[in-house]
Amino acid sequence: MNNADLLLLAIAIPALTPFLLAACGKQPNLRDTVSVLASIATFAAVLPLLLAVIDGARPAISLIEVMPGLVLGFEIEPLGMLFATVASGLWIPTALYSIGYMRGAHEKKQTRFAICFAIAIASAIGIAFSGNLFTLFIFYEVLTISTYPLVAHKETPEAKKGARTYLAILMTTSILFLLVALIWTWNIAGTTEFRAGGILDGRLDPVYAPFLLALFAFGIGKAALMPFHRWLPAAMVAPTPVSALLHAVAVVKAGVFTMLKVGTYIFGVGFLGKTGASDWLVWLAAASILIASIVALTKDDLKARLAYSTVSQLSYITLGMALAVQMGVIGGAMHIVTHAMGKIALFMCAGAIYVAAHKTKISQLDGLGRKMPVTFACFTIAALSIIGLPPFAGAWSKWYLMIAAADANQLIIIGVLMVSSLLNVAYLLPIPARAFFLKPKEDKAHGDAAASRIEEAPLLCLLPICFAALGCIVLFFTIGGLYEYLLSIPIRPESLP
Amino acid sequence: MMSLIEANLPALQVVLPLVAAPLCALLGRGDRSWAFACLVTFVTFAVSVALFAETYAGTIISYRMGGWEIPLGIEYRVDRLNAFVLLIISGSAALVLPYARRIVAAEIPAERQPLFYTAFLLCITGLLGITITGDAFNIFVFLEISSLATYALVASGSWVNKRALTAAYNYLIMGTVGATFFVIGVGMLYMITGTLNLADLAVRIVEHGDSSTLRMGFVFILIGIGLKLAMFPLHLWLPNAYAYAPSAVTAFLAATATKAAVYVMLRFMFTVFGFDYEFQADTLRMVVLPLAVIAMFAASIVAIFQDNLKRMLAYSSIAQIGYILLGLTFLTETGLTASIVHLFNHAVTKAALFMVAGCFVLSAGTCSISKLGGIGRDMPWTTAAFVVGGLSLIGLPLTVGFISKWYLVLAALELGWWPVALMIMASSLLAIIYVWRVIEAAYLQPAPEGVVRKEAPLSMLIPTWIFIGLSIWFGINAMLTSTAAGRAASALIDSSHILWKE
Repeated sequence: MNNADLLLLAIAIPALTPFLLAACGKQPNLRDTVSVLASIATFAAVLPLLLAVIDGARPAISLIEVMPGLVLGFEIEPLGMLFATVASGLWIPTALYSIGYMRGAHEKKQTRFAICFAIAIASAIGIAFSGNLFTLFIFYEVLTISTYPLVAHKETPEAKKGARTYLAILMTTSILFLLVALIWTWNIAGTTEFRAGGILDGRLDPVYAPFLLALFAFGIGKAALMPFHRWLPAAMVAPTPVSALLHAVAVVKAGVFTMLKVGTYIFGVGFLGKTGASDWLVWLAAASILIASIVALTKDDLKARLAYSTVSQLSYITLGMALAVQMGVIGGAMHIVTHAMGKIALFMCAGAIYVAAHKTKISQLDGLGRKMPVTFACFTIAALSIIGLPPFAGAWSKWYLMIAAADANQLIIIGVLMVSSLLNVAYLLPIPARAFFLKPKEDKAHGDAAASRIEEAPLLCLLPICFAALGCIVLFFTIGGLYEYLLSIPIRPESLP
Repeated sequence: MMSLIEANLPALQVVLPLVAAPLCALLGRGDRSWAFACLVTFVTFAVSVALFAETYAGTIISYRMGGWEIPLGIEYRVDRLNAFVLLIISGSAALVLPYARRIVAAEIPAERQPLFYTAFLLCITGLLGITITGDAFNIFVFLEISSLATYALVASGSWVNKRALTAAYNYLIMGTVGATFFVIGVGMLYMITGTLNLADLAVRIVEHGDSSTLRMGFVFILIGIGLKLAMFPLHLWLPNAYAYAPSAVTAFLAATATKAAVYVMLRFMFTVFGFDYEFQADTLRMVVLPLAVIAMFAASIVAIFQDNLKRMLAYSSIAQIGYILLGLTFLTETGLTASIVHLFNHAVTKAALFMVAGCFVLSAGTCSISKLGGIGRDMPWTTAAFVVGGLSLIGLPLTVGFISKWYLVLAALELGWWPVALMIMASSLLAIIYVWRVIEAAYLQPAPEGVVRKEAPLSMLIPTWIFIGLSIWFGINAMLTSTAAGRAASALIDSSHILWKE
């Protein structure tokens, strides 16, 4: 099987799984097995592609010409490969976790849930492998639509309201800004292909460059750049596996991934640096980092706090692109991986706490660490990784982003990144601290014995959490390989033969 | 025999349903008249396909009615543009009629059905005639045939709801005013040029140059056709006519009636008056463009507040006509392409959506959105069709709506008209709201208690899904439609440029 076939397979497996899921919707065990097997099969298709891309292969395939000159086609380059690996790799633990969570929390309509989940993954991989902006936009919209039922899953008034906000913001930004940006790009460049060094240099008047970039930056609503970030906290009404994989990894990372992709392959880092088109974005991203962190401090709802933390962390990646230096792209791409690992662990912990103790507020967590020691230990590890302390993975991506800021002579940005880390400490660490060190407030009737009995979430929830937390540590020690790999992202235009 | 048929295809296109119509009335009650009407529309569709194939390469068929010399006699003239429109009209008819049997049986008493199908065939005749003829007065004649048939069809909704009668009456008044304006305009052109043949008119108008009579003629024709195609603010007849007509009629009219009128508009503006006629260009940009933009917003906003699904879709149609008119006012090849491609794209999408509304009416007995709670579970296929059609209305990728939006925005950007590009997108956001109201009701609201709703019968589902299938297929593979529209647009522009330069 050649690489192009594998590429199609990696998208086709999750895209076709829904039919199987629908067919065995009446038998929960069979259905969940199918889900897990599909996630493993997808990863098995992605992995050989990763090895091939490391070896320098660039698999590509065109499917169909939609309109004259506009092709629905895929081409894998290092950045997309990385995103696909992260999304499909983390689908496996999430699929397992979903089983434990959905059954533990007695959620309804689990078949619809599994179906939409698989479609969402398929579109995330489609985004990762898109060979041009046009294809990317198509999968971007499919991702929005397929995640809507997941957000509205509970069908309560809050869920409906959250889903409405979710859809309204993502759809509005993508149609009003991103689509216009796409058509504008097509109008001036005559192509929407992703090319090393970008396609706009020499075609776009530098005066307009900041405006086009603004259309992209705000149009890619999934990157949750302020002021279009409200959908992400709104999406927290979804069941936790959705928040974990989609709203910490697949959907939001699809956003920032698109941002990086636009910066690197549409504008070109050189063009951005030369024209200063992205200067304003540096400051907006910095503001987004700080403001979202401060808002996170004020949230008592655990998932809401994590959501604002995600808004803040996503802006790191946008910042990496906006700095318009190679190190920024590398740091941003690395942050996609390290933040994914850390945040998925945090969300899974939040879900485990809900399943085992039915607690959603941080103020209710006092003393819970004694009941759920493993969960909170993992929470602490993941939190430290998000903060950026060694020996956890998050340290490296922040390190490279700081180097990027230094490269771009933006010393204030280094300060912003440091302050943000401090804010991370302030909003993340109190959570495990409360759980471990404070005494439980209520439950006095049951006495101390009841409080200290271990009551963890089901094993299917717990194992994926441990896996993700372990990942944060392992990544720290293996980052050299990732760095080498990211160096292969082409920054300058290929010299013509 | 074959060659005889082939030589007379343009005449057959119109004569066939025209002759069939009275026969249909004689067939008596029951399914016989329906089966006969179906058969006729299938053959009519086959004729359109043959004409489309013949003209696709660029040939222009000129057919002399009764062998009279042009421009004395009536000419039927088929080129890429109207072959495309003929295909839309006869294709929609061929899909709507099979769909019609069950819903017509539910909405119209058996003894009236033969007459209903007769009116239906006459309506098809009129629309095809408008499109195929190359004679200005003949357009008026067919316009009247189609309009009279439509009044009857709309009024036949009165077996379900008496308000159909007032709706039909309103339409009658407005339609007659429109037709009168049109014929006055044509009279003025005749005054200047002494001819009624469209191609001949084009040449002579250039010879005579601009004059106040010509301007008046232009304005009368613009308003006359504007009424027929529901150009804002001449659209007032449309919402009630669509809401209270029998479901099958609405589906057919939504796909075809306004489209044929838009075709006449295109033909007059760009063949007869010519692309470079300055007064026309000014009027389009100063008057029609703002009206089109207002229609896009105002009609969409009104649509948001409708409870009756059919009325909501009707207002959405007015907004969509705004897009089509907007494309014209750009006066560029891309703009025209956008308009022509949207003719087709909107026809398939809207026909499908009105068919869904019909399915709801048949099974749930209502198409009021507030009573459709939970219908997604009872009628999964019908509701899924609505979702796809709705996404196409919004203009999401992989549907035809996206293709239209693409060309329209591209045309605006080519001209550097930023605000217009953003307004096009902003108005499609309104579509999200009115589409999503229905989706939320259908999937997320509980079903009303004690209501039994079955999935619509296959005879209705299959035509609906064929339209939906088309709106997905031509959204993914738009080469055929966009190339055909592009060629039609460039043919229009080329022919009129040549005339005005000489």
